[in-house]
Amino acid sequence: MEGERPSGVIGRLLGGVNRTMRRLLFTFMSSGPIPQHIAFIMDGNRRFAKKWKLEEGAGHKAGFLALMSVLKYCYEVGVKYVTVYAFSLDNFNRRPDEVQYVMDIMHEKIEGFLKELDMVNRYGVRVLFIGDLNRLDEPVRVAAEKAMEATAKNTKTYLLVCVAYTSSHEIPRAIYEACQEKSGLALALNQNGNNIDGIVNVEDVNDVIKVVDLEKHMYMGVVPDPDILVRSSGETRLSNFLLWQSTNCLLYSPKALWPEMGFWQVVWGILKYQRSYYYLEKKKKQA
Amino acid sequence: MRYNINDLLSSILAFELFLRSGYGCGRGFSEDILQDIDGKICGQNDNIVFILLWHVIHLIVRVIYLAQEVLRAIESYLVTNGFVTTYQPLNLNRVKYLGIVIDSDEARQISEVIQLLDWLSAIGVKKVCLYDREGVLKKSKEVLVERFSSAKLSNEDSKIDPIFTKTQMQFEFVSISDGKEAVAKAANLLFNKYYLDGDTEKPFFTEADLSNALKTLGVVEPDPDLLFIYGPARCHLGFPAWRIRYTEIVHMGPLKHKKYGLILKAIHKYTKVKQNYGS
Repeated sequence: MEGERPSGVIGRLLGGVNRTMRRLLFTFMSSGPIPQHIAFIMDGNRRFAKKWKLEEGAGHKAGFLALMSVLKYCYEVGVKYVTVYAFSLDNFNRRPDEVQYVMDIMHEKIEGFLKELDMVNRYGVRVLFIGDLNRLDEPVRVAAEKAMEATAKNTKTYLLVCVAYTSSHEIPRAIYEACQEKSGLALALNQNGNNIDGIVNVEDVNDVIKVVDLEKHMYMGVVPDPDILVRSSGETRLSNFLLWQSTNCLLYSPKALWPEMGFWQVVWGILKYQRSYYYLEKKKKQA
Repeated sequence: MRYNINDLLSSILAFELFLRSGYGCGRGFSEDILQDIDGKICGQNDNIVFILLWHVIHLIVRVIYLAQEVLRAIESYLVTNGFVTTYQPLNLNRVKYLGIVIDSDEARQISEVIQLLDWLSAIGVKKVCLYDREGVLKKSKEVLVERFSSAKLSNEDSKIDPIFTKTQMQFEFVSISDGKEAVAKAANLLFNKYYLDGDTEKPFFTEADLSNALKTLGVVEPDPDLLFIYGPARCHLGFPAWRIRYTEIVHMGPLKHKKYGLILKAIHKYTKVKQNYGS
């Protein structure tokens, strides 16, 4: 018992030193541009479990801890929007027991989150679940909707969790929503007596839907485009994630598996962004 | 004390400017260095130490990148001249369609583009999709198509081993108007098809509907397997979004610093990649 108290003190002291050094480094880095929005593809949980000979599913649990650390560092350095790719529509092709396991973890973590709402609201984090939520199990979907409603008034930082999401689903859906909106307008025109039989004037037809209309109806239309898109485990593809939104986005692929991601990958990603900042801003202005 | 710190900051900025211009990282970067000098030297005294340290960190990062470039140049030399044979023979069957994104400013150096395509032709790549945002490459379409359309090309200008004959190549030229704008046009096609007549059933659009609408507009080429990015940053600059779902994206650096050996390495690495497609 006597031996434990000194190590507790030393542990707290080291933790404090660590935190101060980290905050100092973030302050230096803030002398340059800090990205507003970072997106993460959380790849490598299963490989991590295999690498460390853990039981199946332990990789996802380790991945959740890594997510919490990475979020903490992003918000500390001043990033306002963080998007994470938690579950793709393609992932439904995995073994049913694995899919169920991931759904159970999501449910458990969202419920845990709902218990800490006071703290979350104090930090001003708004949580959004992005994707085809109808594909999720009922309890997960209900919990997700509760979490979104409970944090709807927060505006300090945003966490967007992409579940049951792919760009291949998002883009046609945005087209559908834009068509619905425009046809509603055409009907309104009709009711004012400007057109007959619900048919829009042929001259107006070609340009009814524009790029801005599609972007308004994208799932990700609620936040600005990401500045950095990070995919862990060194893979260089986007796997159907934010394809539309990554036009002027820096792509970064650290070799670390997702559960190994942490402070240094966030720092290096931001330093790379700062190096390319003027070039990417120039490209955004040219658009 | 203030005078000394300002002096130190301006020396560091001057050294950074020298490194960037010496390495030729692009005309635009010297402008942003000057912006830095304007903004920061006249900044407040209490931030100047942090700004100084920020520049020191970035200087260190720049030196690390330079060292990496030197190593890559050595590696490319060894691979190109046959000292390292790990990346041969290449299994080109996996690279059915190669995409190349080139920064528009760099694409104006058409001789560099031709040299790159010469190398790819010598390697044996048959189908290439060339993208640059502003459509600079589209303007040189005839020149490039004509040069690479004959089956056996002469090798006088090439530093590649003369026993390789260059392959006939097919090109697709793409720019920003073939990206989001093309999807908007496809959306209008779908709107006309299903929404003009009040009574037809309005289906929820899927990927297949979008693909068919795009085919009607003339977009028939497949998705690239591998995408090389030649430019200052690893960014696809608006390459048509729906075509790069599972494409491996590799940043090759600025076009004028392209290296034959590293192209071989990137293609070889791609042939070893195993994709699960989400499952």
